[in-house]
Amino acid sequence: MSSLSSDRPKVTARRFVRRPWRLAAEASALLIAVVVAFPLYWMVLSAFKPAGEIESTEARPWTLSPTLDSFRRVFEQQEFGRYFVNSLVVAGSVVVVSALIAFLAATAVTRFRFRFRTTLLIMFLVAQMVPVEALTIPLFFLMRDFGQLNTLGSLILPHIAFSLPFAIWMLRGFVKAVPEALEEAAYLDGASRTRFMWQILFPLVFPGLVATSVFSFISAWNDFLFAKSFIISDTSQSTLPMALLVFYKPDDPDWGGVMAASTVMTIPVLIFFVLVQRRLVSGLGGAVKD
Amino acid sequence: MTDRTVPAEGPTDREHDTPVGTDDRDMRNPAAAPEPPGTAAAPEPSRPPAAAEEPAKPHRVADHTSPQPGHEAAGERAGSAPAPRLAGSSAGRPPKGGRPPKGHSGSPRSRGGWTPWLYLAPALVVLGGLLVYPIYQLGLISFLEYTQAQVSGGQPTTFQGFGNYAELFGDPEFWQVLLATVLFAAACVVSTLAVGCALAVLLTRVRALPRLALMLAALGAWATPAITGSTVWLFLFDPDFGPVNRMLGLGDHSWTYGRFSAFFLVLLEVVWCSFPFVMVTVYAGIRAVPTEVLEAAALDGASQWRIWRSVLTPMLRPILTVVTIQSVIWDFKVFTQIYVMTNGGGIAGQNLVLNVYAYQKAFASSEYSLGSAIGVVMLLILLAITLIYLRLLRRQGEEL
Repeated sequence: MSSLSSDRPKVTARRFVRRPWRLAAEASALLIAVVVAFPLYWMVLSAFKPAGEIESTEARPWTLSPTLDSFRRVFEQQEFGRYFVNSLVVAGSVVVVSALIAFLAATAVTRFRFRFRTTLLIMFLVAQMVPVEALTIPLFFLMRDFGQLNTLGSLILPHIAFSLPFAIWMLRGFVKAVPEALEEAAYLDGASRTRFMWQILFPLVFPGLVATSVFSFISAWNDFLFAKSFIISDTSQSTLPMALLVFYKPDDPDWGGVMAASTVMTIPVLIFFVLVQRRLVSGLGGAVKD
Repeated sequence: MTDRTVPAEGPTDREHDTPVGTDDRDMRNPAAAPEPPGTAAAPEPSRPPAAAEEPAKPHRVADHTSPQPGHEAAGERAGSAPAPRLAGSSAGRPPKGGRPPKGHSGSPRSRGGWTPWLYLAPALVVLGGLLVYPIYQLGLISFLEYTQAQVSGGQPTTFQGFGNYAELFGDPEFWQVLLATVLFAAACVVSTLAVGCALAVLLTRVRALPRLALMLAALGAWATPAITGSTVWLFLFDPDFGPVNRMLGLGDHSWTYGRFSAFFLVLLEVVWCSFPFVMVTVYAGIRAVPTEVLEAAALDGASQWRIWRSVLTPMLRPILTVVTIQSVIWDFKVFTQIYVMTNGGGIAGQNLVLNVYAYQKAFASSEYSLGSAIGVVMLLILLAITLIYLRLLRRQGEEL
């Protein structure tokens, strides 16, 4: 506090009053951070604990003998690796396809004026609110009629549809942020509309696409209901959530296995989150500077 | 399931663009100054040059009356977020409905003939086939007699009219589940908003390190899939091996046995995984409020409380609307948490909510038409909430 000699006594006095408050606020912020992070910490910790320590009534918040036993159990039994790949395939296809479709649609609603434009936008907004779960029943019959039950397609297709409205809605902001002057300049330089779309607009909007895709990725990756309802007999087409439930039997759960599987399932999402955020900042910086 | 991953705007970008934002408030960017001034309204005394201070003042007066460009830009960058408007938001509002006037937002948008429809075609095809058509089917099935016999083709489907609905509304269990759903969603929404907003305010009062810690923890909770979150929370509260009962000295008390304690446990998990969205969004909203406005209020002698009540709250209203409605919609649709944590709806269905109820009716008891009828009821309730949302958005002059 070197600035105490400042000629603003009122303000400095005020700072003195406030200081304990700020310390209290910071202490509680740290405490809350610990509480919020605790479940994740416990998940990872339990995944590394030896079975004896998990099944002990002491529940110590550390372990002195970390082991990979639970992970080994997870990956050896139940074709876990295959489920992991299945989940990746589902989430990956949903991300790529819905990003492309959403990019086209977002361009249409931001760069053009046409009849029913506002109506369409409102429909996209309303579509976000549709309870996906309620549509499981008709989708089940739809998938059955198209012979898609027990295939990964039955998971990919609905998720593309359900992630689209939000993706369009969010991408709209990114497409809008690209200056119109760029478009005019491109046309003046003789670029066609298609060329402008894919060689100028697409790279500029790409960070936005990545940001949007995190949401489609998560919704597809986390999906539990469709996986449970549409993959009924062919377990080789199962995805991670179902594999996780294999270890979780309500009467006698294998907590070590559940926690290890949960860790494996959570980590890709965390990585994706972190990656996307970096992309986003650099991309936004570039797009806004113009 | 997909719930909390579908916010109405991109909170991730706002979260991240705050540190690099150019309109950073000095006291919120303590990394810049070695000895950070900590209070919100105090005009930073530790900043050395008076030269930087003086020319700023006339600006403040000017900014007080007219929306300042930097602020608008901040709103723009935040995706489709309704930017908190300055004074006179109702006066400067663009005309609503229909198409905005030409040259709005300075765009030479072309009419393009069929081109926009060409671009829209894939989206419309997918949405039509996998969203609109299933909704139509849902409605149709709810009017039919549709059980295992019809599914396997053994019996012809017969039209029931409102028979399924009559059966549903005559069932006391339905009303009980509906009531439980509404109360549970309300409790989740209120808790999520309270925690999220309180922590957002807390974030503005602390220096970089505690803020980073809280942000990271919240992001972790946010990124956790609903299903792993559910199993982890179950494990934390496990009667035999969970740490919570040890810490609280509850012995082998089972949290999932009682109706209310089971709902409470699910509520904790739901709040844990959905408050980060509220916190990050509201925090970004507070940061987007120009410093000048707050300083002007402070110079006019407004107290902290008064500033909060009369300046910040109105400016944050659009953002608060968005997070409230989103929370309502997600918490009304909670499925995975209930299904996993209470093992499919609790003992004797005591923890059923509409979503799980519909699922159980359809896929466990093969009463597809009853399940569809429940789905239609949910759809209508959510549609009503959406219409309220749209009205609120329009009243706030959000441009489409």
